[in-house]
Amino acid sequence: MLLTDSDLEAIWLTVKLAGIVTAILFLIGTPIAWWLARSRSWWKGPIGAVVALPLVLPPSVLGFYLLLAMGPDGPVGQLTKVLGLEPLPFTFQGLVIASVFYSLPFMVQPLQNAFEGIGERPLEVAATLRASRLDTFFTVAIPLALPGFMTAAILTFAHTVGEFGVVLMIGGNIPGVSRVVSVQIYDHVEGLEYIQAHHLSAMMLGFSFLVLLALYAWRRHPKKGV
Amino acid sequence: MPGGVIQKKVSDMSEIYAKFRLDWSGFSLDVDLVLPAVGVTALFGHSGSGKTTLLRCMAGLERASRGYLKINGDIWQDDASWLPTHKRPLGYVFQEASLFDHLSVIGNLRYGMKRVAGLQGDSLDQAIELLGIGHLLDRKPDRLSGGERQRVAIARALAVEPRLLLMDEPLAALDLKRKLEILPYLERLHEELAIPVIYVSHSPDEVIRLADHIVVMEGGRASAQGPLAEVLTRPDVSIRIGKDACAILEATIGIIDKDWHLVRLDFPDGCLWCRDPGLAVGRRVRVRVLARDVSVARERPSESSIQNVFCGTVESIGEDEHPGLALVGVQIGRSRLVARVTKRAVAELKLGVEQVIWIQVKSVALLE
Repeated sequence: MLLTDSDLEAIWLTVKLAGIVTAILFLIGTPIAWWLARSRSWWKGPIGAVVALPLVLPPSVLGFYLLLAMGPDGPVGQLTKVLGLEPLPFTFQGLVIASVFYSLPFMVQPLQNAFEGIGERPLEVAATLRASRLDTFFTVAIPLALPGFMTAAILTFAHTVGEFGVVLMIGGNIPGVSRVVSVQIYDHVEGLEYIQAHHLSAMMLGFSFLVLLALYAWRRHPKKGV
Repeated sequence: MPGGVIQKKVSDMSEIYAKFRLDWSGFSLDVDLVLPAVGVTALFGHSGSGKTTLLRCMAGLERASRGYLKINGDIWQDDASWLPTHKRPLGYVFQEASLFDHLSVIGNLRYGMKRVAGLQGDSLDQAIELLGIGHLLDRKPDRLSGGERQRVAIARALAVEPRLLLMDEPLAALDLKRKLEILPYLERLHEELAIPVIYVSHSPDEVIRLADHIVVMEGGRASAQGPLAEVLTRPDVSIRIGKDACAILEATIGIIDKDWHLVRLDFPDGCLWCRDPGLAVGRRVRVRVLARDVSVARERPSESSIQNVFCGTVESIGEDEHPGLALVGVQIGRSRLVARVTKRAVAELKLGVEQVIWIQVKSVALLE
């Protein structure tokens, strides 16, 4: 067996984290993307910039601020204390929340592009066919934006799999809680277990390549994917 | 076509009241119209004249800051209320077919029907039959030609049994061949639909073939309106509608003269002979008489090659597109024709309003 038990644990944890984050971001990212695509409000610029911040910010910076917010003196930390919950740093839940912020633009931007690509006309047609705005959103906008949803899901999942800095800041390195594949590789290298690091790294390389290959191949022939 | 959209509310002669005021930078719309609640009303004008904006205001797709819209007694907009588009019982056909690409043809047709309570059920079959799209139902929109797409879009708008059909240049995005493919379907709509249709167009040909009533839009205002036959013969209007000033007569085929290959077209105030188009006796037709094919005389012309001669009263004498020409409106009973003559002829014949004259019609064109 090429992978150790702790490797397998890290892989499972990574898949679980990426899956949960992608699911949560579908729920959060879709309305944000819809609003950004349709709104003519002044707030569109600032909100769009905030959503895009994780693209350019060093993950350690994002992780640092999230750590402060979730810590005992931070607003989120205060809230969890009042609610009688355990503090979020160095837990899987904390890691999920941090990853949601970190991967937000990878969900929102493809969806925003897809929603903008639909244009105003199909929505107007739906209105003349008696569909309310909410009805139109679910029966016209989402089906027409389906390729964008595919892209967004793949990018969000893959990007969450690939995160490292935020995990270290928020989650640390706790087996089964926050030791995801990227951290496991770091551990192997620290421990001079280069063979182990090699196996996991090659697997990540293969995974990332295949994901992007699938994405680009499918983008060229989107019909086959739907 | 029994039941459904068709043959409903023929007796309801109430009217459409539409009053809108809207100010955008560089454009303003200011109209106050009373339109008939039967037949086809054309909103005619050049691009930028506000005809599409007016239509969108009626549909609730644009919200005029001040407006009043009442259809068959129901208020869709006034100072206190504004019904959103999806609550207005209308059908709308856009310039591009705008079918939902993720649905098949039948899925597109059913989209609106699912959202209307109390449909009679046969409106779908009627719409499919009327537009001749029965063989396309399972196709996806990307497998249809431009003309087929637009026919599906029209059927989709009719399937919801609208009480008002709004059409925004449904032929403008099509090439000539596709236009000719769709026009017969539109003419069938005109004949068989009992609901009012508001038809936006910048094409004089379409308006003359399809409309009963016309509103001429210029710079966001209605510069002329009325029954088509009447508005067309107003000398100040006809040159704006197209190069070929003309009059329209609604006629029926009265007699077919097999020996001379001619038919007699009967209209309320007389009859015209024209070449036999191969239509049956009793068939209603729309006849276009171009002003350039009508000549004027003080005395009854004798021994002329022109067989269609009428006696009428000069109703108006107006400018034509050339300074040397005049358009003479002539009343024959309740019908009206226009004649294009030179101004010198007007002077030499001493033509004046109210004067009784003879006119000769050289040729006519059947439109249906």
